[in-house]
Amino acid sequence: MRSSRWNAPPVAAALAVALVLGLWSVTGPDGAAQAGRIPVGMPLEFETEEQEQQYRRLIRELRCTVCQNQALDESNAGLAADLRGQIYDMTLEGNSREEIVEFMVARYGDFVLYRPPFRADTFMLWIGPFLLLIAGGLVWAQVVRQRQAMARSRELSPEERAALERLERDE
Amino acid sequence: MLRYGLPLVVIVAVLGLLFVGLGIDTRTLPSPLVGRDAPAFEMEELRDPGRTLTEADLKGGVSLFNVFASWCYSCRAEHPYLLEMAKQGVTIYGLNYKDTRRDAERYLRSGGGDPYEWIGFDPEGRVGIEWGVYGTPETFVVDRHGVSRFKHVGPLHPRLIEEKILPLVAELEAES
Amino acid sequence: MIPELGQFALILALCLAVTQAILPLVGAARGQERLMRSGTFLATGQFVFLAIAYAALTYAFVTSDFSVRYVTQNSSLALPIQYKVTAVWGGHEGSLLLWVMILAAWGVAVAAFSKALPREMLARVLAVMGMVSVGFLAFTVFTSNPFVRLIPMPGDGTDLNPLLQDPGMIAHPPLLYMGYVGFAVVFAFAIAALLGGRLDAAWARWSRPWTTVAWVFLTLGIGMGSWWAYYELGWGGWWFWDPVENASFMPWLTGTALIHSLAVTEKRGGFKTWTLMLAILTFALTILGAFLVRSGVITSVHAFATDPERGVFILGMLAVTLLASFILYAIRAPKVGLGGGFGWYSRESLLLANNALLAVACAAVMIGTLYPLVLDAFSMSKISVGPPYFDAVFMPLMLPLLFLIGIGPMVAWKQSDPVQTYRQLRYVLLVSVLLGGVWPLTMGAWSPMTALGLMLGAWIILTAVLDLRNRMVRRRARGVGAMVRGVLQPSYLGMHVAHVGLALVVIAIAMVNTYEVERDTRMAPGETVSVGGYDFTMLAVGPVQGPNYDAQRANILVTRNGREVALLTPEKRNYFSQPGMPMIQASLQRSPLRDLYVSLGEPLDQHAWIVRLYYKPYMFWMWTGGILMALGGLLAAADRRYRLKPREADVTQKRAAAGRPAAGEVS
Repeated sequence: MRSSRWNAPPVAAALAVALVLGLWSVTGPDGAAQAGRIPVGMPLEFETEEQEQQYRRLIRELRCTVCQNQALDESNAGLAADLRGQIYDMTLEGNSREEIVEFMVARYGDFVLYRPPFRADTFMLWIGPFLLLIAGGLVWAQVVRQRQAMARSRELSPEERAALERLERDE
Repeated sequence: MLRYGLPLVVIVAVLGLLFVGLGIDTRTLPSPLVGRDAPAFEMEELRDPGRTLTEADLKGGVSLFNVFASWCYSCRAEHPYLLEMAKQGVTIYGLNYKDTRRDAERYLRSGGGDPYEWIGFDPEGRVGIEWGVYGTPETFVVDRHGVSRFKHVGPLHPRLIEEKILPLVAELEAES
Repeated sequence: MIPELGQFALILALCLAVTQAILPLVGAARGQERLMRSGTFLATGQFVFLAIAYAALTYAFVTSDFSVRYVTQNSSLALPIQYKVTAVWGGHEGSLLLWVMILAAWGVAVAAFSKALPREMLARVLAVMGMVSVGFLAFTVFTSNPFVRLIPMPGDGTDLNPLLQDPGMIAHPPLLYMGYVGFAVVFAFAIAALLGGRLDAAWARWSRPWTTVAWVFLTLGIGMGSWWAYYELGWGGWWFWDPVENASFMPWLTGTALIHSLAVTEKRGGFKTWTLMLAILTFALTILGAFLVRSGVITSVHAFATDPERGVFILGMLAVTLLASFILYAIRAPKVGLGGGFGWYSRESLLLANNALLAVACAAVMIGTLYPLVLDAFSMSKISVGPPYFDAVFMPLMLPLLFLIGIGPMVAWKQSDPVQTYRQLRYVLLVSVLLGGVWPLTMGAWSPMTALGLMLGAWIILTAVLDLRNRMVRRRARGVGAMVRGVLQPSYLGMHVAHVGLALVVIAIAMVNTYEVERDTRMAPGETVSVGGYDFTMLAVGPVQGPNYDAQRANILVTRNGREVALLTPEKRNYFSQPGMPMIQASLQRSPLRDLYVSLGEPLDQHAWIVRLYYKPYMFWMWTGGILMALGGLLAAADRRYRLKPREADVTQKRAAAGRPAAGEVS
């Protein structure tokens, strides 16, 4: 406290008490308090089937940024309802899926995308599982080859088999 | 050695990651607007409905652009700090987000004063979307060319104001 | 006074756990019988004290003792009594208490059912379980004490989260914790075996039923959570790939792999080190799950209110568990034999493929769950990884696995012939392909992915039926009794039942993802809307009063061709504890081939409301499939050979191994 000018006002003190009691989250933005334009489940008119498909797909794949972890599709937050309105308007105006996604990313960042973009820093996210699948296949082949050799060496004496096992394990 | 070394490396890496992760604030989002021109907008003034505000009204000097609403509880908490900064000569513009004129004016009257040079009235939150607003309060620091240079989500607090916002405003004012 | 008793009991339980972690181990090292036997008494004592602590907390809830902070935060005067009892595990502290109590209960069960185990082994198992208990109890006592008092005492509590005020939520956490904690037992067996250096078929046989039972509970817990989300969250979703769901799914995947790899270890003495590794990893993943849910490191709908100190504690626990087990593993595992050899096409090689696929699937889920954290940690960017990613990555990994399920049970141990399998299965393959191709046409437009899913589902079911038939035919010569006994052998039947359960889940997913109909409408009383061939007529909307909420309830009559099908009553509830945040209470009519699902949205002008109507085909199969999987696991765990004394079991096993190679069982 370098300056007494910034002492906490009574409201902040009340907030602090609420925080201690766990009744209120002081750091969280108050995003959900206001109703928005398109409530969940609101029937909407579209000019074409494609527009409706595009709208429905977008609200499933875009994240409500004030919510904990919810798509726009199911969120009751005011912001989600507004963003649904924005997507609806842009869809009716003839914007493509890519244009709408670009619009959202330009304002809210990549965080809004439930389908992360494919680029340098998400390369391992998309490729990783398939690299692991290949690695799993190689391990499978390696182990099977080893055990095949063991199955063939059945006629060896126990000592010889043990020696072979050691040999193979250390390779 | 690969057989035991590799899993060990993976385990240690994951543990390290989780430990670093504990220190991360997962809730606030970086704004892609920082470092870019403030978005284009056109809206009415809250107290002067005849006046139309556009992005041009942000230019010419360093300012704070503060998003608030009468229904926003944490906005009340930061209001005194805004008043104090205004008194010190910081230019503060407001965006009254998803509110009604009547409620907003009552909010300003009851809050002990009005720190804002002008207040944009955005009843449907459209300008808010342009600014990537996802909760209130939010505060941007905008330089004289109308480029947003910093964003804070959630109520302002003394440490942030003293250590980040005021120095940044001073620094931007010193820029030509 | 009662809460202090509870706290005292909790601390005593911790003391007993510390003793349990040490004494039996010392006994096993020195061969002192009395110290070894102390494990049983200590485990029982620990359970008794935790039951007292748990009862004390329940008492505080039932009597609405708001001087206890945890009660204030999770209950209220108006909360109905059944939810007061279940609110005990509605928050972080109480759910942790439930966790440690279940852990102690497993300890008692191990002590009670392991009379046949060598004394040293049992002593080590109980000691390791004691160590696990120490970790979780210390966590509870030092960071998450549920008995902390609140001064001044408020007049009423803030109520239990309305989402948790539901019957599905009564069962979900205990089942899930039974599963998580059950894998602690499996872990304890693995560590005890490593400590004692005894890693033989007997060890695998002891571990198997515990593993299977833990897996059954985890399966039920996950299934119950999904079932609950389906009707309680209001918009018909049943799996969101949320980090917290993934946290329970990862140990399920490795646990499933473990069940299969244990089969090889028991029957053929193979994959021992891998089995050990899986046992350790599965337990570590359950701790990782606790970390993800309770530390706040990841944003999720289900996360508890969090506290970084707790995160550090669990992370420490995870680090100690992983590093200590790993060092032990690195010292002991090289001395473990490899087991028998086998050909490239054999039961072993297919189970190895199963394990590889499940391990990769688990890794994929982990990558998706933790990747945002990785980017964030390096301050690169904030991204979200959601259902579109997981669907794209997870599905391709599952397809070969589902295909192998059909073949695996048909293939002999050691060495088999793919041509022979092909001859056995070609007609089943043909029928599955035809069925997969035609079945979607009964629902609407044909879609290749649905056809593939249905084909694989049919494939698993038909191969199981064929295998049962073959087994009966082989035993025909020995009379009807032998035929029936052969098919009803629990571990064998359990395997097929569980596989068929999975097939039903696959069919349900394929169907509902493609042929679900969702319709957003505006409805006023008297209006009718048609969805999926059903007519929904809104009769009236009116207020109803609940104990701690008021609500608007719509009466919606569903008819088909003029015949009444159901009266659905979706509600929109306002809980007094959460003003301005209405809760949707969906209403469903379930039937074997489709669910009808109605949610009441916002009120519009005049009398009209937003209503969302769903026609969800084959959802019933999903829940049935989950129950069958659990039932299959229970059957497998109930197999007689697990209850035999070691020597008898060895004989039985040798006899089985000497028998027909194609008739072995893997469940």
